[in-house]
Amino acid sequence: MDYFLQQLVNGITLGGVYALIALGYTMVYGIIQLINFAHGEFFAAGGYMGVIIISYLSAQGMSPVLCIALGLGLTMGYCALLAMAVEKVAYKPLRSSSRLSVLLSALGMSIFLQNGLMLTQGVYDKAYPTEMTAGGFHFGNVVVSYMQIYIVLITAALLICLNLLVFKTRIGKAMRATAQDKVMSALVGINSNKIISLTFAIGAGLAAAAGIMVGFYYGSVNYSMGFVPGIKAFAAAVLGGIGNITGAMVGGLIIGMVEIFAAGYLSSEYKDVFAFIILIAVLYFRPTGIMGENVDDTRV
Amino acid sequence: MIHEFKKRWVSFGIGLIWLFVILWPLLGIKPEGLEFGTTFALWGRLAVAALCIMIVYELNVRGVFDGAKKAGSAITGSTRKAYAAIPQWLLLLILLALALVFPSMTGRYGHDVACNVLIYVCLGLGLNIVVGLAGLLDLGYIAFYGVGAYTYALLSIHYQLSFWMSLPIAGCLAAIAGCIIGYPTLRMRGDYLAIVTLGFGEIVRLILNNWMELTNGPNGLSGIKRPGVYWLDMTNGWTLEHFWVKKVWMYYYVILFIAICTIIAVYRLNYSRIGRAWEAIREDETAAELMGVNTFLLKLLAYASGAVFAGFAGAFFASRMRFVSPESFTFLESAMVLAMVVLGGMGSIPGVILGALALIALPEVFREFDLYRMLVFGGVMTVMMLVRPKGLWPAKRVGRRSEEMD
Repeated sequence: MDYFLQQLVNGITLGGVYALIALGYTMVYGIIQLINFAHGEFFAAGGYMGVIIISYLSAQGMSPVLCIALGLGLTMGYCALLAMAVEKVAYKPLRSSSRLSVLLSALGMSIFLQNGLMLTQGVYDKAYPTEMTAGGFHFGNVVVSYMQIYIVLITAALLICLNLLVFKTRIGKAMRATAQDKVMSALVGINSNKIISLTFAIGAGLAAAAGIMVGFYYGSVNYSMGFVPGIKAFAAAVLGGIGNITGAMVGGLIIGMVEIFAAGYLSSEYKDVFAFIILIAVLYFRPTGIMGENVDDTRV
Repeated sequence: MIHEFKKRWVSFGIGLIWLFVILWPLLGIKPEGLEFGTTFALWGRLAVAALCIMIVYELNVRGVFDGAKKAGSAITGSTRKAYAAIPQWLLLLILLALALVFPSMTGRYGHDVACNVLIYVCLGLGLNIVVGLAGLLDLGYIAFYGVGAYTYALLSIHYQLSFWMSLPIAGCLAAIAGCIIGYPTLRMRGDYLAIVTLGFGEIVRLILNNWMELTNGPNGLSGIKRPGVYWLDMTNGWTLEHFWVKKVWMYYYVILFIAICTIIAVYRLNYSRIGRAWEAIREDETAAELMGVNTFLLKLLAYASGAVFAGFAGAFFASRMRFVSPESFTFLESAMVLAMVVLGGMGSIPGVILGALALIALPEVFREFDLYRMLVFGGVMTVMMLVRPKGLWPAKRVGRRSEEMD
């Protein structure tokens, strides 16, 4: 039972991270029907930027909590700028061309960013100052580390903010309108280019937050760390119904749980396979996902 | 005119500022303190390069190069005419002769590179069927290459089967793998298909990595036999002598043979009824189905036949390296093969060959910039899509179509 509870705690933590990454996929897909292959790279860039900023700030003698808070904010801003630049260069000029060329352009951008990170930051893992968040609560044999609590709290806060932004503000309304019909929303005076740019920025900011948390959780970051979580988060977005924000959160949690429980009870070598199998099974049996609305066949 | 001019240079300036903002945190923030020197050095170089490009572009817009362009187009026009005058079979013959005498012109290193190029030509042509002809974006293509390589490796180690016996088996198993991957993905299109094939490719790699009993996991399999060849032996009369392919140039001839077979097969497929049907599916699947094309079977066939060539190339790769490990079959290899097809021109056979040559041989020439290889490669992929989405050598379309008629 203890083992089960421990896995549950780990699953929720990992699921929260996947949910944050998945939101970027789902928002971008919802608005321009493109799988942003470079999204995993925003996550990796966030991981790196986080360790760079946090270790700089803590070297200046700031308190750990302030360091993490400021680091989180600055990193999210940085990745948002990066994502807007990528969108401007690689996606915007191709908006009217075939889907294949946009996808390939995104793939090229992903490889470019990954290697850019490698060249500027080196090929070796970069260690996180995990001593900042060391320790945790003990409930019997179940350990809940402070980091896991931070992750869950920050994830929840970000998700609530995003929900408020999308469903309660004018900008959110404009985003939803653009996602539904670009031409009509442009006719009523919504600048769709700006909205698309903003969507990329928000998605990348969330991915950057996830990158920092993964860095703290596992203790280090690597330039190629964006690839596999990227696919898993995509699986989460598809599972929840692509284009659906609540779905992406639920899907992320499910994928995180499945991965942790599969690794704990079935086989840790094949833990990555389960997310792929879920992805394929969902696309085969229910391409709209568990919470998705009907998609027309151009999307599937 | 002035408005356009201003717009270009303003966005150029904003782009440079943006670039600095993105570069500086990566290079300049250190725990010891903030630093601007290295960032400015790099940024300055990039800015100068971008400025040069902008100036050339500006001059081009203003028509400074019009005279040179006219002369250039006249020259290309006349060479094209001269080229068209030479019969096609003669050109092919010359190319074939060049390929045959190539080993005598270079050393072991050259043979090595040539072998690699030809392996990727086979892979590229196989993927070309799936992506270029049928329009199904497959990001897990390298899995079939892996299946082929492991098939030959296992057959050779456990059953001592010869290379030429294993080659069709490797092809068949790769085709079966293609069908297994193809079947559940048949209902999907575009982006979903890309992600699912990517997932399948990763699953195959993970299985190769973790199934210790069969594949020896990350340590790989070694002790794979070389291919054997029968050759005329004239020391005592005319007899056939069996010997093992040892030198790299002999490997070169083996892969050249496989590559030429692949080229002929893909060419024939391209201009067959099946090839037309694939193109129809690529252009508009619903319309193709309405016209009586069996899209289900043909898409499966596209996967299977694409996989066959990857299986052949994989078997050769295993015999060439005499060692296989899961590391050779990562996603990046898939992206590489895809980039060849895209760079060369989707659906075009000479284009794919050109793409393989560009992506394998050029990095060898610029060996000292090896570190930047993948960076440039990713950048080129994006830039290609922006400026020349049809590729270096676009495919010629058969027949006339309605938009060209009037």
